Amino acid sequence: MPLHDDLEAQIDRWRGYVQRRQAIGAADVEELEDHLREQIEDLLGTGLDHDEAFLVAIKRLGNLDAVSREFAREHSDRLWKQLVLVPDEPDTRTRARRELAVVLGFAVGAGLAVKAGLLWSAGDWAGGDTGLVRNLGLLVFPFLAGYFAWKRRLTASVLVTLALSFGLLAVVLNVYPFGTGQYSEFGSTEVLAALHAPVLLWVLVGVAYVGGRWRSDARRMDFVRFTGELAIYYTLLALGGGVLIGLTVAVLQAVGVDPGPVLAEWILPFAVPGALVVAAWLVEAKQNVVENIAPVLTRVFTPLTLLMLLAMLTVLATAGGLGEIDRDLLILMDAILILVLSLLLYSISARDSLARPGLFDALQLVLVVVAIAVDAVMLTAMLARITEFGFSPNKIAALGLNLLLLVHLLRSAWLTIGFLRGRRTFTAVERWQTRYLPVYGVWALIVVVVFPPVFAFA
Amino acid sequence: MRIEKDLVAAAATPLVLGILMEGDLYGYAILKRVGELSGGSLQWTDGMLYPLLHRLERLGYVTSLWATSDAGRRRKHYAITEAGRQQLAERQEQWTVVADALRQVWQTVPRPSAVTEGWA
Repeated sequence: MPLHDDLEAQIDRWRGYVQRRQAIGAADVEELEDHLREQIEDLLGTGLDHDEAFLVAIKRLGNLDAVSREFAREHSDRLWKQLVLVPDEPDTRTRARRELAVVLGFAVGAGLAVKAGLLWSAGDWAGGDTGLVRNLGLLVFPFLAGYFAWKRRLTASVLVTLALSFGLLAVVLNVYPFGTGQYSEFGSTEVLAALHAPVLLWVLVGVAYVGGRWRSDARRMDFVRFTGELAIYYTLLALGGGVLIGLTVAVLQAVGVDPGPVLAEWILPFAVPGALVVAAWLVEAKQNVVENIAPVLTRVFTPLTLLMLLAMLTVLATAGGLGEIDRDLLILMDAILILVLSLLLYSISARDSLARPGLFDALQLVLVVVAIAVDAVMLTAMLARITEFGFSPNKIAALGLNLLLLVHLLRSAWLTIGFLRGRRTFTAVERWQTRYLPVYGVWALIVVVVFPPVFAFA
Repeated sequence: MRIEKDLVAAAATPLVLGILMEGDLYGYAILKRVGELSGGSLQWTDGMLYPLLHRLERLGYVTSLWATSDAGRRRKHYAITEAGRQQLAERQEQWTVVADALRQVWQTVPRPSAVTEGWA
C-alpha cells in the first residue's frame, strides 16, 4: 500500500541519507525501509498525522550513527571497498568472463610478439639488439591499444587511423639508416628515437583509451588518471611476480635445477608485457570502486619534494661552480621537472574543481615556483655551456624538453596564483594541463621523425 | 518501568531465538512480539535489531529468506535453525541458573523500599 505523497517524499529523503552509509548495504536499507513503512502505517492507525508518524518511526529506528556503527561492527568488511572482477549475477558474469578472455588474449598476444622479437633479433633482425630496443614498445603497446579498441568499440575510422599510425611509426623506426655512435653501437639519434617512441605509442594508446574522443578535456584527464593508476598497479604486479619468481628460483636451485634459461626465454618475455595488459584491465575494472592511489601519493610526496628542491637550490646557490655542470645534469633536471609535473597533474586530477582554494593549493604553488627557480639556475648554466661547446642532438633534445616543461610549469603557476586570489576558476588550471599535454606528443614526434635526418643519423 | 540497557542487550539473543521458535517472522513483527511479551517495558532501538539478526545469521542460528509482503514490498523473513535451537537451549539453562540464584538471594534479603512502593 503506497503511503501519502508527502510521506513518500520523506521516506525517499531518508533512504538517500541511509544509502550514503558505507556499512549499511543495499539489502539492509530495503529491510530497514520495510520496517519504517510498517511502523508508520501502524502509527497512522493509532491516529497520528503524517509528520508525527514519520518522526516517531524515525526516532524508534534510532540514531543513524549508532545503528550504522552497529552494522559496521557486524560487517566490518564493508568499510573496505571490495573489487569484484567477476560478479555473481549471471548476466554481468558472462560479460565479465568474456572480457577476461579478451584481456588474456591480448596479454598472450603481447607476449608472443615480444618472444618473436627476441627470436628475430637473435637472428640479427633489423640490426641486432639495437633493433629490438627501438621496436620493443611497438611489440607491446598495440596490444594495449587493441584491448581499449575492443572495450570502447572504436569506430572504423579511428581504428584505421590508429593502425596507420602504428604502422608509420614502425616504418620510420626501421627504415631510417641509424649509424653507430662514437662509444657504443647505439648512435645518439637512435637512442633518442628509442626513448621518444614510447611517448608517441602512449599517445596512440591514449586515443584508443578515450574512444577516439581525444578533443575532450575530461576524457584526457581520465587518461592521465589511468596512466597513474596503471603505473602503480603494474608496479604491484611486478613486485608480486618478482616474489613468486624469486621463491620458485630458490626452490629449483635448492634441488639442483637451473631455472635461468626457461626464465629468460619463456617466463619473462610473456610475463612482463602481459602484466601491462592485465594491469590496464584491473585499472579499468576498479576505476569507480576503489579510491585512486596516485593522488594519495602526491599528498605525501608534495611536501617532501618541496624540501628536496629547497635543499638542491641551497646547494646550487652556495656551491658556485655552475661552470662544472655537465650534460647529465640537464637530463637530471628534466627528471626532476617531470616529477614535479606529475605531482601537480595527479593532485589536480583528484581535486574537486568546485572546492575553494586551500592550504594544499598554496603548497603546490610553492613547489612549482621552487622547481622553476631551480630550473632557471640550471638553464642559464647550460645555455652558457652550449654557446661555448656547440649543439648536439642529445643537448637539443634535453633542452627542448626542458623548455616545454618550463612553459608548462610557468603557466600552471600563473593560473594557480589567479585561482588562489579568486580571479580564476580551478577549471582554468585543469584545462591548461589537458590542453598542453599533446605538445609533448608533438615534441616526441619531432625527435623521432625529424632529428635523425637533420643530424645525419649520427 | 524501563529495563537497563545491558540487561536488554543480554536478553536480546535468547528472546529473538525464542520468538522465532514460534514460527518464521520478519524484523518488525519480531519487535512487536517483544513488546507484547514484555508489556512494552523491554524496548531497544529498532534499528539495532537488524545487525543482531545478521550476526545470528552469520553464526548459523537463523536463516533468512526474501519474500513479498501483502503490500507487495520485498521483506526478509528469519527462521531458526537446528544450531539456533541448541543455542537457545543452552541460553535457557544459563538464564535458569541466573534466575534461580537471584530468586534465592532475594528471598533472604528484603526488597529495597523504592521498588515495593511501585514507582519507576
